[in-house]
Amino acid sequence: MHRYIIKRLILMIPVLLGISIIVFFIMALIPGDAAQAILGSFATPENVARLRAELGLDKPLVQRYFIWLGNIVQGDFGRSYSLDRPVIDEVLDRLGPTMLLAGTSLILASILGMFAGIVAAIKQFGWQDAAFTFVVLIGISTPSFWLGLMFVLLFSLQLGWFPVSGMTAVVGGGGFLDVVRHLVLPSVTLAVVATGVIARLTRSTMLEVLRRDFVRSARAKGLPERTVIMKHAFRNALVNIIPVLGIQAGFVIGGAVYIETVFQWPGIGRMLVNAILTRDVLLVQGGVVVVAAIYVVINLMADVLQHVLDPRISV
Amino acid sequence: MAVHSKFRRFFYNRLATVGLFIVLVVLVVSAAAPILPLTDPNQTVLTNRLLPPGSEGHPLGADELGRDMLSRLIWGTRVSLAVGLSATAIAALVGSLIGIFAAFYGGWLDNTLMRGIDMLMAFPYMLLALAIVAVLGAGLFNALVAISVVNIPFFARNVRGATVGLVRLEYVDAARLSGKSDMEVLFGELLPNVLPVIFITISTTVGWMILETAGLSFLGLGAQPPTADLGSMLGEGRKSILVAPHVATLPGLVILVLVIGINLLGDGLRDVLDPYLRSGALVSPRPATEVDTDLRRRLRSGDAVEPGTEVSPDGPGGNDGGGNDGGTVPLSVRELRTWFWQRSGRTSSAVRATDGVSFQVPRGAALGIMGESGSGKSVTALSVLGLVPTPPGRIMDGSIRFNGEELIGAPIERLRHYRGNRIAYIFQNPMTSLNPLITVGEQIAESVRHHQGVSRAAARERAQELMDKVQIPNAAARVDSYPHELSGGMRQRVGIAVALANDPDVIIADEPTTALDVTIQAQILKLLDDLRRSEGVSLVFISHDFGVISELCDRVVVMYAGQVVESGTVDEIYRHPLHPYTRRLMACVPRLGDRARALTAIPGLPPALDDLPTGCRFADRCDVVTDACREAPVELRGHGAREARCILVEETSA
Ligand code: SF4
Repeated sequence: MHRYIIKRLILMIPVLLGISIIVFFIMALIPGDAAQAILGSFATPENVARLRAELGLDKPLVQRYFIWLGNIVQGDFGRSYSLDRPVIDEVLDRLGPTMLLAGTSLILASILGMFAGIVAAIKQFGWQDAAFTFVVLIGISTPSFWLGLMFVLLFSLQLGWFPVSGMTAVVGGGGFLDVVRHLVLPSVTLAVVATGVIARLTRSTMLEVLRRDFVRSARAKGLPERTVIMKHAFRNALVNIIPVLGIQAGFVIGGAVYIETVFQWPGIGRMLVNAILTRDVLLVQGGVVVVAAIYVVINLMADVLQHVLDPRISV
Repeated sequence: MAVHSKFRRFFYNRLATVGLFIVLVVLVVSAAAPILPLTDPNQTVLTNRLLPPGSEGHPLGADELGRDMLSRLIWGTRVSLAVGLSATAIAALVGSLIGIFAAFYGGWLDNTLMRGIDMLMAFPYMLLALAIVAVLGAGLFNALVAISVVNIPFFARNVRGATVGLVRLEYVDAARLSGKSDMEVLFGELLPNVLPVIFITISTTVGWMILETAGLSFLGLGAQPPTADLGSMLGEGRKSILVAPHVATLPGLVILVLVIGINLLGDGLRDVLDPYLRSGALVSPRPATEVDTDLRRRLRSGDAVEPGTEVSPDGPGGNDGGGNDGGTVPLSVRELRTWFWQRSGRTSSAVRATDGVSFQVPRGAALGIMGESGSGKSVTALSVLGLVPTPPGRIMDGSIRFNGEELIGAPIERLRHYRGNRIAYIFQNPMTSLNPLITVGEQIAESVRHHQGVSRAAARERAQELMDKVQIPNAAARVDSYPHELSGGMRQRVGIAVALANDPDVIIADEPTTALDVTIQAQILKLLDDLRRSEGVSLVFISHDFGVISELCDRVVVMYAGQVVESGTVDEIYRHPLHPYTRRLMACVPRLGDRARALTAIPGLPPALDDLPTGCRFADRCDVVTDACREAPVELRGHGAREARCILVEETSA
């Protein structure tokens, strides 16, 4: 077990390096010059030259990559010019809200999706399955940013049940219940698509597992159907579902970009959009690298969890 | 079932048709936008600001600049569609090329390309798109590029996977050898064959890509004014959501309907193109085999059920049998017809897996059921406790009595009471029949716990005892082993321990040694034989191998094409086979007890079970066939203990 985790941790290094390479060289592709882009077209040539030197843009590309890599390993992602503070500080401030939102959504989507998928699989050909097909279809076809707006319109503006936006109330906010109240609409909106995907996958995996011989063996023992479904079939299905949950985490984090914009959630997605609109290259770079690294770690955890559940995967 | 599946097919086809209709309408309307009598979508009339839907001249109202919503929606849809479809086309083209080249050339090219693809997939999807937009700048074309790039990996992976399988096939080598150039092979031979995969991938990604491009526009990173797509309209309409909700609501609705249409169409397309879905692989069997409603009614009407033969459900251990007339014959099967219903198009036809099978298993006896694969022997065995998968299986006729109680149509609780308790199964492949994620001890113990209601600790102890009984060395340690940690022979011993868990009256063993090698096979047979005698349990032993059956069994039932064709004692069958089929089989068995011998070497194939001949089912392979054989169904001739289904058998000779 420990050996497996260590092995996976070591295997993570090339992936992280790959991510850093891709991000760095994509950013280096910026037409013209980052210094020019930052300072705008009215900047004096001297200023541009000074910033170029400051950013190290006058050195060869490969050398710049290694300098940059050395810096980011120490947590130095440079300074955001639009916010005038270190990129890493801003990213870390924004990370918590995003993880709270994405994590809640993923948990919500997993529970709902797996439950719906199991029911649809065991009631195949029943009305539940038909209803399921319909709901999943709506789920994966709905633009989440629009759905968020509709929720705000209905539940916040019409019914007044939940706040319109933000993570905490402006006055006297910040308590646990206050955050929960703010979290409901964005996390439900964000969970819709993932629920559809997870439900669909759970259904098809369950259908596949339910045909296996050991399910027949479990039934031949006279075990109650609940035991057959949950203990024998679902556990095996879960082994295949978990890696997909890891991948879904990526889609949920990506989807958070829209939801944070709709609900003014102070997360990293909104930060990235603003950074792109203000051409704050270093902020985009830092945000993307950190989130991509977190995604790699999430997938690693999914793999380890799969390993724990399945004794056959050898070390 | 037939009704359900028809309904479902219809339902699905209908949905796909609805999808096609939606997509066509959207395509036609947006293509016709220039010739439709629409106001200029960019004409601002400030007096019309935020006009509500239903206003004169503006059926869908106007936006915050007084522009006509209907016109803007149609033009916006045009832009969204164009961008989404272009992104799909680019991703499909580039991704497929990468996939097909990587698979065809293999080696370092494959490695480099696929590592790169893996790297791209290490990013959360949306984040990579944002990074690309950050570099290229906000704009519709840049959004298109970003969405294309992030979707390339899906195509590359799927197409590579499909091509790798094809490249190994002989016809590709043949094409190469015939002097075709690489490009001719790639695009002439391979591409046409991976097209379905490309289309399947398109069908799963195109809706997503339209949503994502709209999303980027919504964020202000895609379409820039004055160009508007559905996403940017939605983004602008957000500002006036409170006073004029229609401005933001309508573009979103159009996206929703369009993507629903695309996804419905895509699902329909996959149903047709994907061989896995088409094969009906994704059908889950129900807890018990379905019994035909007509048969159910007949059984319920009473004349088939003998009253007063019910065994107490809580009978201790149950070894006392049932007491009355079921006492000497615990298990009797009469006229069993279990059919598989298969669909083709809108009609369903029956595969008559078992077609009137009867036999009895006396107390303490061992009955062999012998036949080729497809003869219906396993289906017969599984029918006893309703373990034939439904769909497609369905019991159409017959009666199965256990200690006098009718099992066909019995409530599922009754079946569960007997399953693994009074009647236990041993299955063919111990590897797949054991749950890979649960320890073998627990797989034995759960049956004990469920039927005897004992504590966890007691059940575990019992499991260990049972493992000792089936001669698993060091059972105390192996209790916590997982199936993959045991050898094939040990696994089947676990399978036998599961069967013995509750001291059953009948054990049904379905080819329990076929998956094992010969020496192990001998050990397992010996074990089964010993246990059967020491535990006093009746055994139904199913095999294609007369040698194996002759070692264990007293009586044999020979099955062919879903019917019993001959029955008798092992000795009678071996020395004086009556049916031409059995005679041929016995000719292949050189010596009683040669268990390495399988049923082979009979020329020809059994008839298709969904298209059976009127007369004798063996006629096409029979060496003494006459015209009379084909005229009418051949009945079993003889008395209960010695029967054969052949017109040449004299009633008296049986
Ligand atoms: S009935 Fe005719 S065809 Fe059938 S087994 Fe007998 S002799 Fe052969």
